[in-house]
Amino acid sequence: MKKIVNDPELVVEEMLQGFVAAHPNDVKQLPNTTVIARKDAPVSNKVGLVSDGGSGHEPAHAGYVGEGMLDAAVAGEVFTSPTPDQVFEAIKAVDSGQGVFLVIKNYTGDVMNFEMAKEMAEAEGIRVQQVVVNDDVAVEDSSFTTGRRGIAGTVFVHKIAGAKAAQGGSLEEVKAVADKVVANVRSIGMALTPCTVPAAGKPSFVLEDKEMELGIGIHGEPGIERKAITTADQLATELTQKVLDDMNLSSGDEVAVMINGLGATPEMELYIVNRKVSEILSDKGFKVYETFVGNYMTSLEMAGCSVTLLKVDQELKDLLEVQSKALAFRR
Amino acid sequence: MELQIKQVISWMEKTNEKIQSNKEYLTSLDQAIGDGDHGLNMARGFQEVVNKLSSSNYTYVSDVLKDVSMTLLSKVGGASGPLYGTAFLKMSTALKGIETVDYPQFKKAVVEAVNGVKERGKANKGEKTMIDVWEPIVDFLQKQDNLEAKELESTAEKAMEATQDLKATKGRAAYLKERSIGHLDPGSVSSYYIFAALSEVLEEGA
Ligand SMILES: Nc1ncnc2c1ncn2[C@@H]1O[C@H](COP(=O)(O)OP(=O)(O)OP(=O)(O)O)[C@@H](O)[C@H]1O
Ligand SMILES: [Mg+2]
Repeated sequence: MKKIVNDPELVVEEMLQGFVAAHPNDVKQLPNTTVIARKDAPVSNKVGLVSDGGSGHEPAHAGYVGEGMLDAAVAGEVFTSPTPDQVFEAIKAVDSGQGVFLVIKNYTGDVMNFEMAKEMAEAEGIRVQQVVVNDDVAVEDSSFTTGRRGIAGTVFVHKIAGAKAAQGGSLEEVKAVADKVVANVRSIGMALTPCTVPAAGKPSFVLEDKEMELGIGIHGEPGIERKAITTADQLATELTQKVLDDMNLSSGDEVAVMINGLGATPEMELYIVNRKVSEILSDKGFKVYETFVGNYMTSLEMAGCSVTLLKVDQELKDLLEVQSKALAFRR
Repeated sequence: MELQIKQVISWMEKTNEKIQSNKEYLTSLDQAIGDGDHGLNMARGFQEVVNKLSSSNYTYVSDVLKDVSMTLLSKVGGASGPLYGTAFLKMSTALKGIETVDYPQFKKAVVEAVNGVKERGKANKGEKTMIDVWEPIVDFLQKQDNLEAKELESTAEKAMEATQDLKATKGRAAYLKERSIGHLDPGSVSSYYIFAALSEVLEEGA
């Protein structure tokens, strides 16, 4: 393992310290927690937004803290969902009396830890609602199993639910629009190389030189299919098709596109992927409303990308436009 | 059997020893069908448990178990944190105010623990999770009028080994579907350590 770290056990804490040192006017770390909150939290008369996740997905999740997006982000250990007490601290810190909205990615651990935090908050009289993001089409959606995972599509949920809350939307309204995003967003990822959790010291799996893995998650967990590496165009076609197969788009529909890097893939390659994705979408008669290319939801130093499509209507478009001062999503 | 405070503390210490010395092994099991954090999560959590117990004084077994639960809940994270946290919390509640736990009381506590885990994880036996160790232990306890420490250990071991042939339908391993077959479930292995440690404590006490 070759990484810029002091002590593998301290990576999360030291990252958070560096994050606050970089943005002292925008964010604060709640004492004795791994919670990064808006400097001015709780914002009066606004629904508070909290998201969480293991670390290793930077800029997620702390990068999405800021006016127009999240009020707080809870960082777990690398790839491990944060504990209920930490989430509870975040909920208390952002509640202005209007209630708190939780954005959860669909992983067993995240869901259970959030449920417990929600129970703690409700016991103290704080109203809590949540949405569980499950945009990854690589995983079968079945009520008998854990269901689909949440990956890069989560960023759109942060943006749009955050905008709704910033406009003064009630807890129920924020929930309604977040549900709408989740119903209309789909993603799939692929990897060229694995990644190494600092405290584990070795990669979570091995990919040979000419291999790639499709349907990869964002935690170094294996994907659904391992195969020989193809050209960018073939890859973009396959990923886009898998996403479209799971959406119900008709000609003339508008989509927002996110070509997300998993950490080690140069933007050059992401743009090459986007070239083909946008060509396919226009050939099929879909309109691209806006495209986001970059590292939004990463998996440490994994090389690879994900393709996310969000079907947008006027409401979602308007909310996408709302100002955001989040450090990793300024507009 | 009888469980008093000092045995419960020793139970946790032995569990911690097993987990620390198998941290890499647990992590490698989780790398195969999960995300590779199980060994790290458990090692962090049980080390804190042992630290906490050694720096506190207790009157009741239930207070020890409550601290175990709260420490695991706040230090483990992942799926196993809330699940083990729930298991020990349910045991603590079931044994509230008891100084020396006898066998029927212990049996009841384990039953409550398993029910808590099933409820929290919305999972049942056969889904390749830690429930595949806990439930066979309950079945075993229900059949005995007196606890044979050795048998407790071998029951847990057999149950743990049997997870190899299961297809995961809950937890992260479920994403792999058929590909999860042929690997041990990491949470079942850590659960095995918990019962193996208990068996050692009981044998020493006997
Ligand atoms: N729904 C469930 N019910 C019972 N046990 C479960 C469930 N889901 C997972 N487990 C157990 O938890 C173990 C994995 O724990 P681990 O600490 O690795 O959490 P994780 O799944 O990686 O969590 P996270 O998703 O937050 O990273 C599995 O091996 C399994 O025994
Ligand atoms: Mg794991």
